[in-house]
Amino acid sequence: MGETMNLWNKLMCYSRRRSPWLFHMNGGSCNGCDIELVASLSPRYDAEQLGMRLEGSPRHADILVITGPITKNAVGAIRTVYDQVCGPKAVVAVGSCPATTNVFIDSRTLAGPLDNVLPVDVYVPGCPPRPDAIVRGVAKAAEILAERASKKITAEPGPEPVAEPVAEVQP
Amino acid sequence: MNSMITALARLLIFPGLLFAIPAAWFFLWAERKSVALMQGRIGPPFMQPFFDFIKLLGKTTPSRSGLGGLLMKAWPLIAVSAAAGAVGLLPVLPSSGGFEGDLILLLALLELPSMCIIAAGFSSRSIFGEIGSAREAVLSVSYNVVFLLAIVSVAASQHTFRLEALAQAPMSPLHLLGLLAILVCLPAKLHINPFSLPNAEQEIYSGPMTEYAGPELAMWELSHGLEWVAATGLVASLAAPHVAIWWVAALLFVAISFGVVLLLSVVAAATARLQIDTTVRFYWRCTLIFAVLAISSALFMRFKL
Repeated sequence: MGETMNLWNKLMCYSRRRSPWLFHMNGGSCNGCDIELVASLSPRYDAEQLGMRLEGSPRHADILVITGPITKNAVGAIRTVYDQVCGPKAVVAVGSCPATTNVFIDSRTLAGPLDNVLPVDVYVPGCPPRPDAIVRGVAKAAEILAERASKKITAEPGPEPVAEPVAEVQP
Repeated sequence: MNSMITALARLLIFPGLLFAIPAAWFFLWAERKSVALMQGRIGPPFMQPFFDFIKLLGKTTPSRSGLGGLLMKAWPLIAVSAAAGAVGLLPVLPSSGGFEGDLILLLALLELPSMCIIAAGFSSRSIFGEIGSAREAVLSVSYNVVFLLAIVSVAASQHTFRLEALAQAPMSPLHLLGLLAILVCLPAKLHINPFSLPNAEQEIYSGPMTEYAGPELAMWELSHGLEWVAATGLVASLAAPHVAIWWVAALLFVAISFGVVLLLSVVAAATARLQIDTTVRFYWRCTLIFAVLAISSALFMRFKL
């Protein structure tokens, strides 16, 4: 029994490393990093070789990719989306803005940097970072997910995912 | 008793679950890989759909209470079992049994997964899910008329609703016409470009699947793969020439199905998504004429008018 559980754990570890699905969120970014993120899926960099896929719904994602200096307006949306991603999950901050707020530092419209709002697993610095750096950052986040699997299958520090729909129909 | 064992073997071993699940993953990979190659990329590794499936099994799902939550859990399971049953009915091996009217059962089982998708989108209460379900329903109404007429025309010309008899029938121009009509409907049935309206990812998130996560999403992926196997397998079993040796028949079946998968991927990579009204107009105006021609000539053949 312990043997099969061990084997299953190893398989889960490997699968998590090989299949990171991304959800991309813009926290007030200038669009520079967003374009580089999309470029990392293009023929030149082809992140699908590592199993990466840009998903339409946060429910499907493993890794939340956030760009921008996190404006006060964006905080609520970012928290909601983070809660909608099902565990185990990781957060990748793409660009210098979510790491330090970059040139917008001390602006009164910002709630950033990102680690004021969410626990961040991987920072990819640059203004904007190169696509290969983004691919490397996401691969690193996938490894972090796999490490969590090796400890316990659904180990996820933090609260349960909320049951609220992504966008509820208003009566 | 003997027929019972044959039926079980067909459902569980070949062409049923033991063959169909790896084949489903293989076809999903083949579609992604060939689209990637056509776009000048390298594409996902061979085991990618399997890794995705295992990873999704290990994720948590939000706890949903009440009847809605129960239904949301049930739809993907019903879809998977219907698609697996449809694959199990395909007349792949020579003298594999079957019964009068199994064609009708096969058509019903092929239709069930898309019914489940419609219901799933509505029971998820997400606005994107509801839009996706409405689109899926419109799409299903438009292509199904052509799809059913094409199959009925082939069946009517042979005087039978038994799959094995249809598969063994000699090739005729009418047979080819029917196959062509079925092929035109497949992109809509499998939700690939140019008819990928229900799960249009840049417009409505993931359509009916928006709220699904973890193991439930894994079941949807599996049912989608099984639908690929069943739909391409239907074409393969109607198009394959009759061979008495079982392993040649099985190889032919797999080879023709794979060819259809490649053909559909070329169509998917070469086209962009059409709008809903263009899609409906395409099926109602262009191909309906074609299907009506097929069924009327089948009736003429039958009554020797």
